[in-house]
Parts: sequence; structure tokens; C-alpha cells
Amino acid sequence: MMRYLLADPARLRRIGLGFGFVILVAVLTLVNQKPWTPEALSGLNPWVLRLGTALVLALLVMANIRALGLLPRAAQVWGVWIELFLLLMAFFWSFDLSFSFIARKIGFLITQGVAMTLYISALSILIATVIALVGAVAKMSKNGVIYGLASFYTSLFRGLPLLMQIYIIYLGLPQVGYVIGAVPAGVLALSLCYGAYMTEIFRAGIESIPRGQSEGATALGLAPAQSMVLVILPQAMRIIIPPTGNQFIAMLKDSSLVSVVGVWELMYLARTQGQTEFRHIEMLITASMIYWLLSIGLEYAQSRIEARFGRSNAR
Amino acid sequence: MPAEPLVTLSGVHKSFGAFKALSDITLSVAPGEKVVVCGPSGSGKSTMIRCINGLEPYQQGKITVAGRYLTEEEEVGRAVRQEVGMVFQSFNLFPHLTILENCILAPQWVQGKSRDEAVETARRYLKRVDILEQADKYPIQLSGGQQQRVAIARALCMAPRLMLFDEPTSALDPEMVKEVLDVMTDLAREGMTMICVTHEMGFAQAVADRVIFMDRGRIVEQAPPRAFFTAPQSARAQEFLAQLLH
Repeated sequence: MMRYLLADPARLRRIGLGFGFVILVAVLTLVNQKPWTPEALSGLNPWVLRLGTALVLALLVMANIRALGLLPRAAQVWGVWIELFLLLMAFFWSFDLSFSFIARKIGFLITQGVAMTLYISALSILIATVIALVGAVAKMSKNGVIYGLASFYTSLFRGLPLLMQIYIIYLGLPQVGYVIGAVPAGVLALSLCYGAYMTEIFRAGIESIPRGQSEGATALGLAPAQSMVLVILPQAMRIIIPPTGNQFIAMLKDSSLVSVVGVWELMYLARTQGQTEFRHIEMLITASMIYWLLSIGLEYAQSRIEARFGRSNAR
Repeated sequence: MPAEPLVTLSGVHKSFGAFKALSDITLSVAPGEKVVVCGPSGSGKSTMIRCINGLEPYQQGKITVAGRYLTEEEEVGRAVRQEVGMVFQSFNLFPHLTILENCILAPQWVQGKSRDEAVETARRYLKRVDILEQADKYPIQLSGGQQQRVAIARALCMAPRLMLFDEPTSALDPEMVKEVLDVMTDLAREGMTMICVTHEMGFAQAVADRVIFMDRGRIVEQAPPRAFFTAPQSARAQEFLAQLLH
């Protein structure tokens, strides 16, 4: 069987395409519960209609892919993005949204919600980075006490759900006599949780730099801290940045969990602003799009920074 | 009376776990002396010179460099390393810095020189190893031989009193070995104290005051190069030299 498939690439391709088409038709048939039914065909078995509609749609999809295939690569990317974006918009359109309601609320979502979300995220990212740096160095320490502290920290804060950490910090700290506000509690939980993940990223990045680099620095008389900051970290950055960018993007959206303790950030407003007029979906979709836009901004920043730190590897 | 030795090792032992890397090493190197260390792989040559600048701790005995007793203390190690330049088999240039930046990093951060002063020194040494035109390139843009010459210049920028070479030509393509050995020979002629781990016997004959032959963590034989290469005393050294010639 394997031999039959692999021996002839053209045959494999044909079979693959055919298989994809069948799957597509099957999925569309099952999913489309209300097929388009012209008067003349209303007497037919609904399954026949579903299958017919699915066939037409699947052929359209295949033709579309063929057409895109004729374009140069950059145009293909744009084409796919635009098409999928339009489909997404059509999906939202089908909810019969009230745009006047969105227009009325979006200002507040941005001035209060986005501002708070960005404030919490940026502050947490900053603190988490510092924690990660310290944590990574501690995790590589020969000193057992320091290693013990660092490994307990990463184990605990990677091991509890973030939502739980937010509750525990917000509700638990007052139990031991320290009353903490909702925003500081949220920032603390996000920083500690992401600091723990990033500790591992930083440690892996630092350890990936060959031993010869720190030996070279040591032999020149540099102190350990100088060697770390001047020699090791700038090189480790190239390895640290991509997964750290991922963490930043994830944190931006995980900051929505802070809404459970009543912080007026984007998610909280999205849930509450629609309530009075029963327009939940408008607010949720608007907030979703805002989160996406913010993430795209971070992705862009990440690619710029990556390009900058990749400099010395260019020939 | 001979000059105070620059480096002394007396009764130095070192082991990695159960493996005895150095046994009872006793050695002293006078200022201006050139010592070539050879021996089969795993004989402890690299370990010995890495102990001399404190890159490796040792367990017994005593090492002094420029009159300073080298202990495991961070401060002592750093003070010693300011007197000692080291060149590695794999160059260990910093890939994220240009050639010039590689050379001024330590003078600026360790010796506290101003940037202008450090650049001036660096340019002088880069010129001396004949690589000044490449000063603004990154290490990856240079050939292995050029990188190793930069590594030598980078070490010299710290004005060391002793230079350690750990198989400086072993990672090079054959046609690049000579340019590095030439730089080292010049340095020797100018009176730098040098301890070189190398199998370049031509270099040893031309430059060394003394050849040290090591095997299994011990110094088996020490002799002037002519005596060592023509009439080695120990059976192990005879065997080793016979293999080198083939």
C-alpha cells in the first residue's frame, strides 16, 4: 500500500486531491443544516439538497485554490488573507449586529478597556522579564538553596492554573494581613505566572550559548555578571526572543482573566457593556477584534526585534 | 641569580571525579621563557594550562602566577587572569561584536580604559596581526586563520605578562596554520612569556626554550627542543614522536 502510494508522486498527488475533495464534501454536507432550497426543489430529500449544495461549494473552493495557485507567492498570501478575512466578516455579519451600538460603546472600550489591558500587560511583561532573568540565573546556580528556591517557584507557578493564582493572590493575601487591590493582584499573578514560564525560556537560551563564550570572557578577566550581560545575553537574545514574543502575545490575552476580580479591562467591559441592552455578541466580537489587532502589533514588534538581533549572523 | 619565575606549579593534582587529570605537576616558567607542551590527547596538557589562569580549579598543590597564589576565590582568579592572555583552539571570539568591539570589550570593562584609548590600543594590535582592514567586520565574515589572529590581538590588548595557547592551530585548515604560527613566532621574538600546547613541531623547534612532554596527567620529560626531538629519553615520548612523523 505504502509502496503503491509513494512510488509515483503524480499518483499520490491525484489521490490526495481526490481524498481532500471527498472530505470537504462530507464536512460541508454534515455542517450545512439549512441548505439553500429553491421552490422547485423543495420536494426533494433534504440530504440530497445538502449533498448537492456541498458539491457546488466544494467545487468553488477547489477552483479558488487553483486560481490562487496561478498567482505569485506574495499575492497568494494576500489573497488567502483577504478571502479568509471576508469569510470571517460574513460570519460576524450573520449575527445581525447593531453597528450603532458598537459605535456608541467602542470609544469607552478603547479609552478604558484597551488602556487598562495594555497597562496590565505591559507592566506584567516588564516584571516577568526581570523575574525570568533572575530565575534563569538562579536555576543555573551551583548553590543548592538558590536552585531550590528557583525550582520551587517555577514548579508552583507553572503548575497552578493562572485563574487560580489570580483568585489566590486577590483573596488569599488579605488573609495574611495584606489587602491588595484588584489591579496589583492581577499584575502580580500575571508576572509570577509568566515569569515562571519565561525563566525556562531564558535558561534554555543562556545554556544554548557554547561554553567557549563564557570561558573566552572569563579568560579576558570579565566578572561573571559582566560576561553574562555583555557576552552571553546579547547572543542568547536571538534564541530567547521568538518564544518570549509568543509569551507576550499569550499574556496580552490572558490578561483577560483578571476580569474575574473586577478590573475594568477589555474583557470585563466586553462582558458588562452589552448587558443592559442585551447586546452581548456585539461587544464580544468588537473586543475580539481589538485583541487581534493588539496581537498583530506585538507580532510586528517581535519580527522587528528578531531582525535586529539577527544582525551579526548575516554574511 | 635567575629571575623570579613568572609561573610556578608545585605538586598540583586535579581530578574530574574518579579520573585523574593531573598528577603531581611541578613546573616553573621564567619571564621571557617559551615553553611548548605536547603529548597524546587526554594527557592533561589543556587541563594544565587551563589551571594556570584559573579556568579549572585544582585540588592539591599550589600554583602561583606573577607572585600571586592562585586560589579558587573569584577575586584572585580575576586578578591573575588580567596578567594572563589565553588563546583557545576554537577562537571563542564573540560573534555578536565586530572585530574591533571584540578587542576593546575587556580593556573598557575590566581595565576601565576610555573608549578612545581602548580603540587606539586595539588598532595597534590588529595592525600587528595584520588584520586592521577587517576591524569593522563580524567574526563570521573572517577565515579561521584571521579569527585566530584576532583572538591573539584581543588577548594582547589586555597587556598580559604571559600568554597561554591551547592548541591554537588545531581547528584550522592546513593553509591557515602558518599565518597564525608566524604571529606567534613574532610574539616570541619580542620576548613574551609563552606556554603553548601544540603539535606543531617546527614551531617548537624554532621558538621553544623547553619542550614538556605529558602523558596520563604527568610531566614525563622536559628538555630543550633539539634534545627532545633528536634523543627523547622516555619510551612513551619516543613512541609519540614516531607516530607524529608518520
